[in-house]
Amino acid sequence: MTDTRPAPRVGLFVTCLVDLYRPTVGFAAVKLLEDAGCTVEVPASQTCCGQPAFNAGDRATARDLARSTIAAFEGFDHVVVPSGSCAGQIRKHYPELLADDPAWAARARHLSARTHELVSFLTDVLGVTDTGAQYGGTVTYHDSCSGLRELGVKEQPRRLLAKVEGLTLNELPGAEVCCGFGGTFCVKYPDISNRMVEAKTADVKGTGADTLLAGDMGCLLNMAGKLKREGSAVRVRHVAEVLAGVTDTPPIGEPMKSGRA
Amino acid sequence: MQPTTHAFPENARKALSDERLQKVLAIAPAGFVNRRKQAADRLPEFEALRDQGRDLKNHVLANLDTYLEAFESKVTGQGGHVHWCRTDQEARDAILGICRKVDAKTVTKGKSMISEEIGINDYLEANGLTPIETDLGEYIIQLRREPPSHIIAPAFHLSKKDVEGTFRQAHTDLPADRVLDEPKVLIAEARQVLRRKFQQADVGITGANIMVAETGSTVIVTNEGNGDLTQILPRVHVVIATIDKVVPTLEDAALVLRLLARSATGQEASAYTTFSTGPRRPGDLDGPEEFHVVLLDNGRSALLGTEFQEVLRCIRCGACMNHCPVYGSVGGHAYGWVYPGPIGSVMQPALLGVKEAGHLPNASTFCGRCEAVCPMRIPLPKMMRHWREKEFEQNLQPAAMRRGLALWGWFARRPALYHAAARMAVRALGALGRGKGRFASLPLAQGWTQHRDMPAPEGRTFQQMWAEKQTVEKTLADKKGKR
Amino acid sequence: MADSQSARAQILGGIRKALNSAEGSEEARRRLATHPRNLIPARAQLPHDRQVELFAAMAAEVSATVELLGGMADVPGAVADYLAGLNLPAEVRVAPDAALDPIPWDRRPTLTVTRGRARDTDGASLTGAFAGVAETGTLMLLSGAERPTTLNFLPDTHIVVLTRGQIVGTMEDAWDRLRAAGGGGALPRTVNFITGPSRTGDIEMRIELGAHGPRRLHILLVED
Repeated sequence: MTDTRPAPRVGLFVTCLVDLYRPTVGFAAVKLLEDAGCTVEVPASQTCCGQPAFNAGDRATARDLARSTIAAFEGFDHVVVPSGSCAGQIRKHYPELLADDPAWAARARHLSARTHELVSFLTDVLGVTDTGAQYGGTVTYHDSCSGLRELGVKEQPRRLLAKVEGLTLNELPGAEVCCGFGGTFCVKYPDISNRMVEAKTADVKGTGADTLLAGDMGCLLNMAGKLKREGSAVRVRHVAEVLAGVTDTPPIGEPMKSGRA
Repeated sequence: MQPTTHAFPENARKALSDERLQKVLAIAPAGFVNRRKQAADRLPEFEALRDQGRDLKNHVLANLDTYLEAFESKVTGQGGHVHWCRTDQEARDAILGICRKVDAKTVTKGKSMISEEIGINDYLEANGLTPIETDLGEYIIQLRREPPSHIIAPAFHLSKKDVEGTFRQAHTDLPADRVLDEPKVLIAEARQVLRRKFQQADVGITGANIMVAETGSTVIVTNEGNGDLTQILPRVHVVIATIDKVVPTLEDAALVLRLLARSATGQEASAYTTFSTGPRRPGDLDGPEEFHVVLLDNGRSALLGTEFQEVLRCIRCGACMNHCPVYGSVGGHAYGWVYPGPIGSVMQPALLGVKEAGHLPNASTFCGRCEAVCPMRIPLPKMMRHWREKEFEQNLQPAAMRRGLALWGWFARRPALYHAAARMAVRALGALGRGKGRFASLPLAQGWTQHRDMPAPEGRTFQQMWAEKQTVEKTLADKKGKR
Repeated sequence: MADSQSARAQILGGIRKALNSAEGSEEARRRLATHPRNLIPARAQLPHDRQVELFAAMAAEVSATVELLGGMADVPGAVADYLAGLNLPAEVRVAPDAALDPIPWDRRPTLTVTRGRARDTDGASLTGAFAGVAETGTLMLLSGAERPTTLNFLPDTHIVVLTRGQIVGTMEDAWDRLRAAGGGGALPRTVNFITGPSRTGDIEMRIELGAHGPRRLHILLVED
């Protein structure tokens, strides 16, 4: 890049599920951002965006967590999230949650305006057209609901995947239909959730793809868990792993190789 | 109709194990989805019309008193009657009163969700009248004594075989050896049977998709023509509608109509859109001699000025349920009362109370597909969340969930403790799960592992690994600097 | 009625309290008086010739049949041939509408023509129309002493005589014509917008024609 502007300072909002389940996604995000010329920092004072409380009807907790997230990410040029769901919480719901809090409303709007889902940040803000990755396989892609409908993430991952060497994308019928995760929904209404994820895995298998990608760990854990239970060999990964070429960690739900903690 | 909404999880399980229903649900909603999409794609202005629909209804709700009074004065000015009713009971009594006054025996009915809401059929029957549904789907489920499973396709959970059985049982005066194997034949039989009923009826009851304040007209939108026969053949036409159905002018009705059929069935226009204004005029050769509008509130006005006001924009097209993956899994009956799907998940707590209907707003993944297609852009997920807030305020959620959430919230407010706890949990789970990469069962997570495996975490948290990486890089940089 | 009055006061009072409005709004009264148009799709904003084509195409799409005629003199022959082509009796119940008086029924003496509201036994009806809406291929019919509504719904076959000049672009255009035609802003008892023959999808979502209303809708589009 011949751009002479200083590198954008990006704060990475890791998300709970990436932090707990799949640090690989966090490192893939860092790599994608650094390769695109950003300086990445990870504030240690971040915890959860508060969506579980917000969706459970506990506005007080949701507000508290929104305020601490806002405080943790002040001063960055951009805040990037490897999840449409958590990014949507910050972008769409923080301003609404804190609208009547005079001390925080403007700060909430300010953070909202600077917060992006990872893949759409790469394409729409940084203008990335090719991440230079390779992946030998046929993949299919599930559009996670919040990213798709709250943030308009649809073509961006497909554009970048099209440039990955060796990768073929088979479109998933019903890619825009919910996989049945829905946060606590999947444990509160397990039978309905199961019906939904069953329909999803049937569609996934129907594509003939060997790999299923999506942009949200919640959906990925749900779909991977179901595919494994069904004995399917389809590999499941976060789309950032493939775009960053960080695929040495076994796919979600596969045994860890020994020798790596 | 006694609601069974409180038993939603059991209702849902029953629906999920009903193979016949599952077969229908696998096909029917997708048909609606495709047809709606084709219709919307064909009209370049469709999204802009949705904006205008939203704005129009917001304007109406902000001036509801003016428009209702204008509507009323036009109806009465043209010889019609308006009956204001606060509750379902008042509406039932008003309708029964009208029927009694003309000594009615048989009452035909066009399709109306409000008539389901107030349970008018049972009430009329209990009072010695014979109500007859004339919309084919409604007629079939009335014969079967079932509630509708979809607001615009009330019998879509039934197969033609089911309908054949129902007709053989009900139409005993027809030859037993007749062939009833095709929808066409079944429809012809219903047409023939219902023609007699139309001729006998003393009162015809229809709903109203729209009321027009400018002219005092009520509007019905149908495809079969049953609503028209219901209102032009009997001596008395009774319209039952709720206060939120009023629009200012004929131009505004045109706007709603452009959105309604496309969103509901994917049609450019339904076969019959009928504006009814007052009773028949002097010299008219047909049409009702009396025109009554039963104008029902039943909890609507109490939603004005609250976080639920926007739900009153609904035009009852059914697009939300056609696109809902939860509805698509369990069908309409599981919702336990009149309104299924996302609109039901917002309306039923308002009409039945959050204690009876609290499951519905919880049984959503907030996937947002309903809002994405709602012609009136009603933020349905947001409203379901507001119901969850009401439940939370009233302490109605399960104790275990509340405790878990409170504990998690306590940690999440304390980053250092949160990260420490996360490290410990992940280390334990990671060590247990790394061999297989997943768990087939896990304590406290049966809801999950009953149907799917739980992928194992990698074993360390990102925050932990990142902090170590930073330390290493800093040490390396320091060494470099010293050199 | 007393109950209705107290319910009325309570409902309107509750609404006003929630809306914080003392007694109605000027903005609303203005909207009622001026009935402004909302967004009108571009589809039917065409020269009249093209509107006629659009009408015919849209009507055909919803399974109506459209036949072009040179003048009212051709109507009797067209009706007789249409019924014969379907093996239907040569009988038609016609609206006692002065607008249909120019039809020279005596040119087809084999056709039995009676006038009045529809009876249960009528197999075919013939009515005029007030307008045709090009946007959706929709007919607009008004009730009145000469135009019984039963003719539009009871017979199996509904034949409608529409002149080219009656075709307008949109429903809004049709409302404007109706307002201009007088009546002091009052609508007839029944205004029917009819888009194709009766249909239902209530059994297994399969669309079948002729649920309760006419199975066939035949439009005779007559040159002015």
